[in-house]
Amino acid sequence: MRKLISLFAAVFFASFVLLYASALLNKTEGYSGKNTLTVYNWGDYIDPVLIKKFEKQTGIKVIYQTFDSNEAMMAKIAQGGTTFDVAVPSEYAISKMKEEGLLIPLDHSKLPNLKYINPRFLNLSFDPGNKYSVPYFWGTVGIVYNPEMIGGKKITSWNDLWDKDLRNQILLVDGAREVIGMGLNSLHYSLNDTNKKHLQEAKEKLDRLTPNVKAIVGDEIKMLLVNEEAAIGVVWSGDAAEIIAENDKLDYVVPKEGSNLWFDNMVIPKTAKNIEGAHQFINFMLDPKNAAQNAEYVGYSTPNEKALDYLPKEVTEDKRFYPDFESVGNLEVYENLGKRMLAYYNELFLQFKMHRK
Amino acid sequence: MRSNKKWATVYLVFVFLILYTPIIYLIYYSFNSGGMMHDFQHFTLKWYQEVLHDTRLWIIVLNTLTIALLSAAISTILGVIGALAIYYVKKRHMKQLLLTLNNVLIVSPDVIIGASFLILFTIIGIQLGFTSVLLSHIAFSVPIVVLMVLPKLQEMSPTLIDAARDLGANQWDVLTKVILPFITPGIFAGFFMALTYSLDDFAVTFFVTGNGFSTLSVEIYSRARQGISLSINALSTLLFLFTVVLVIGYYFISQKSSTLYGMRGRRK
Amino acid sequence: MKNSVRNVYLLPYIIWIGLFVVAPILLILYYSFFDIDGNWTFANYKTFFTPIYLKMAASSVWYAFLITFFSLLVAYPTAYFLTKTKHKQLWLLLMILPTWVNLLLKVYAFLGIFGTYGLANAILETIGIGTKQILFTDFSFVFVSVYIFIPFMILPIFNSLEELNPTLIDAARDLGASAWTTFRRVVFPLTLDGVKAGCQAVFIPALSLFMITRLVAGNRVITLGTAIEEHFLVTQNWGMGSTIAVFLIIAMAIVVIMTGNRK
Repeated sequence: MRKLISLFAAVFFASFVLLYASALLNKTEGYSGKNTLTVYNWGDYIDPVLIKKFEKQTGIKVIYQTFDSNEAMMAKIAQGGTTFDVAVPSEYAISKMKEEGLLIPLDHSKLPNLKYINPRFLNLSFDPGNKYSVPYFWGTVGIVYNPEMIGGKKITSWNDLWDKDLRNQILLVDGAREVIGMGLNSLHYSLNDTNKKHLQEAKEKLDRLTPNVKAIVGDEIKMLLVNEEAAIGVVWSGDAAEIIAENDKLDYVVPKEGSNLWFDNMVIPKTAKNIEGAHQFINFMLDPKNAAQNAEYVGYSTPNEKALDYLPKEVTEDKRFYPDFESVGNLEVYENLGKRMLAYYNELFLQFKMHRK
Repeated sequence: MRSNKKWATVYLVFVFLILYTPIIYLIYYSFNSGGMMHDFQHFTLKWYQEVLHDTRLWIIVLNTLTIALLSAAISTILGVIGALAIYYVKKRHMKQLLLTLNNVLIVSPDVIIGASFLILFTIIGIQLGFTSVLLSHIAFSVPIVVLMVLPKLQEMSPTLIDAARDLGANQWDVLTKVILPFITPGIFAGFFMALTYSLDDFAVTFFVTGNGFSTLSVEIYSRARQGISLSINALSTLLFLFTVVLVIGYYFISQKSSTLYGMRGRRK
Repeated sequence: MKNSVRNVYLLPYIIWIGLFVVAPILLILYYSFFDIDGNWTFANYKTFFTPIYLKMAASSVWYAFLITFFSLLVAYPTAYFLTKTKHKQLWLLLMILPTWVNLLLKVYAFLGIFGTYGLANAILETIGIGTKQILFTDFSFVFVSVYIFIPFMILPIFNSLEELNPTLIDAARDLGASAWTTFRRVVFPLTLDGVKAGCQAVFIPALSLFMITRLVAGNRVITLGTAIEEHFLVTQNWGMGSTIAVFLIIAMAIVVIMTGNRK
């Protein structure tokens, strides 16, 4: 009994000490102050130095929270109870959020730095006129591969993956649209195809790929490819950049049949409290110098044209990550296909996963 | 008999090694100057420096520990009450019903728990942040405490209670002097399991948190997309070593103090 | 007298159950009858009884069983030998300690250890077996899962063993029983409560594993948890996700009843 009491006493005492310490730290960092801005972003997706720079420049305290998937983020914002001022969803999420009325229109007069964005990345189908969003980072979906591990072969197209010599050599990302999209592209269909016949065709073609597929994984795909667990991976370009930085035997290619063009954009959710501050933050990130610094830290491709002047040449001239669009095939942005069609995509993907056993 | 002891030790050492291999792996790479847990380049302390300067991360760590300790403590108390409640129920069907209800949270995927708690809190109007996370952690830890305490209650011979009663003990004495001491190992087990559930939880916390309140798990999982930097390894190493020191320290102090007071005898 | 005692304990517990268990269950049940567009329907239940989901359910049960079985196999001797050591509480705590390191980190470590160029294969090379594909196999999946669940099995068994009266063992031996018979007839039955608690604490959560299925098994193993996760988050089909959850709860109820006490 004595032991019990002493344990609980110790625990309660320790937790109150910790609580006090935490409150103290919060105070010194200014998090409990009045002038705050809550930013909701992917993990490790911004240079922390930039946050401090923003805070110094504007006197606004940034409360930073992170999420690991668009769906989780949307679920949180939709439910209410949160007060995020700025969020960074991916493009397909933005169309969903627009539909559900979760976003506040941006006041472009407060975003003078918008002019620095490459016009090719503005006014896209998921947000015409950039009413609600501003590009943050962008990229493609493609194939990362290790030529050494596949006998010096070069890969240039999706269809190359079906090569019989590539048994058990491929890692796929755990994304229904990416994988089904790959199937569709390999049959020269659009990534946004809603024709069920075409989708079935794609799925059957993917089933034929299964002997070559080693595993379907998530973010750990980077680690696995760097460790040379498999020769080939279907990944997002940002991941590819990091993988190649760690292991330069690997190369990245955007398949010639076409692929997905993705964007992560800054938006202001309807639950925002500090809309003025949100605009200041977005404008701050659009500043070319800041965008360049961010791109250096995060390693993804920036949509900010002027920022390219501040980045090293070997980065901006790397056609794999800053392709010239004329030469690259059909790059499509994911359109919002509606709940039912998306559910169908996911069912097919689930079937594909189960087919592998 | 002698050879049995040898095998026992070998087996235990083997199990220990397997348990600790991933941990040692993590610690090893926390000193890697390369960016990933692969290809050790050269020894560096830069990740530790990065950790020490990251105030936001430390606030998160403090939050995590506070929630873990508080939720484990409170859920243990609730769990003991629950186990006692189930133990005293006489009708078998009622017992099974309570047990089934108890286990619902253990079998439910975190996503569902998270989502339904979020809806619950929104309806009641509890603000998302420390309170909602604490309540959720208490909620999903209670079942495991019940599971750990119940067997001890069942092992307890009811004649013990009768004997105590005969000797004139009242309700409170029976509880504090007979039952609780007997089930203490179960209580400790429940407490530590609750601590584990809380420290490891990601999905539920993610759904019910807000207002800048975050735990270590949420932070780590959020970084997975970008690649978990080795500063997390460094942080985990620090926390781990701290806990080891704490555990060993606490153990030897309690050993010392009980021999001092001469209370220890063979408790069996 | 007994009645008033019962009520005292029941009250707070029932409140907790009511709020945090019954309410969510009702919510889940409620959602399971809606399809993706928000219409009332039984379609979700019909979908569950198709080969895909039934296969998934069978797969979940099978792997949960494997994991529980191997956890028991490893944990029981561990708990037993632990009770024989000096400083047993210390060793026990030290065994639990690794559990408090973040799961994702540990699994990443396993990705490195079980990798083609990792520690495990290095050992296999030196003892002459040669490199094998360990990751993305059933073996690695069960291994890592057992690793995660082991403390949940060790603790209750340890507690049960501690309760065991050593004179009972001596008596059995005196009466001529071999070590194995003593174990089978005396030790094991008396620790059954702990074993059952451990099995429940492992089997039940193992049914809805999904993180490890992706990270270590590369989605070669699909459990009901994988499907639920997808339905809730990706497809936003809370209806179907809830339906699967209903079946998980039913499966758990069956387990509870089957392992219930006959006392």
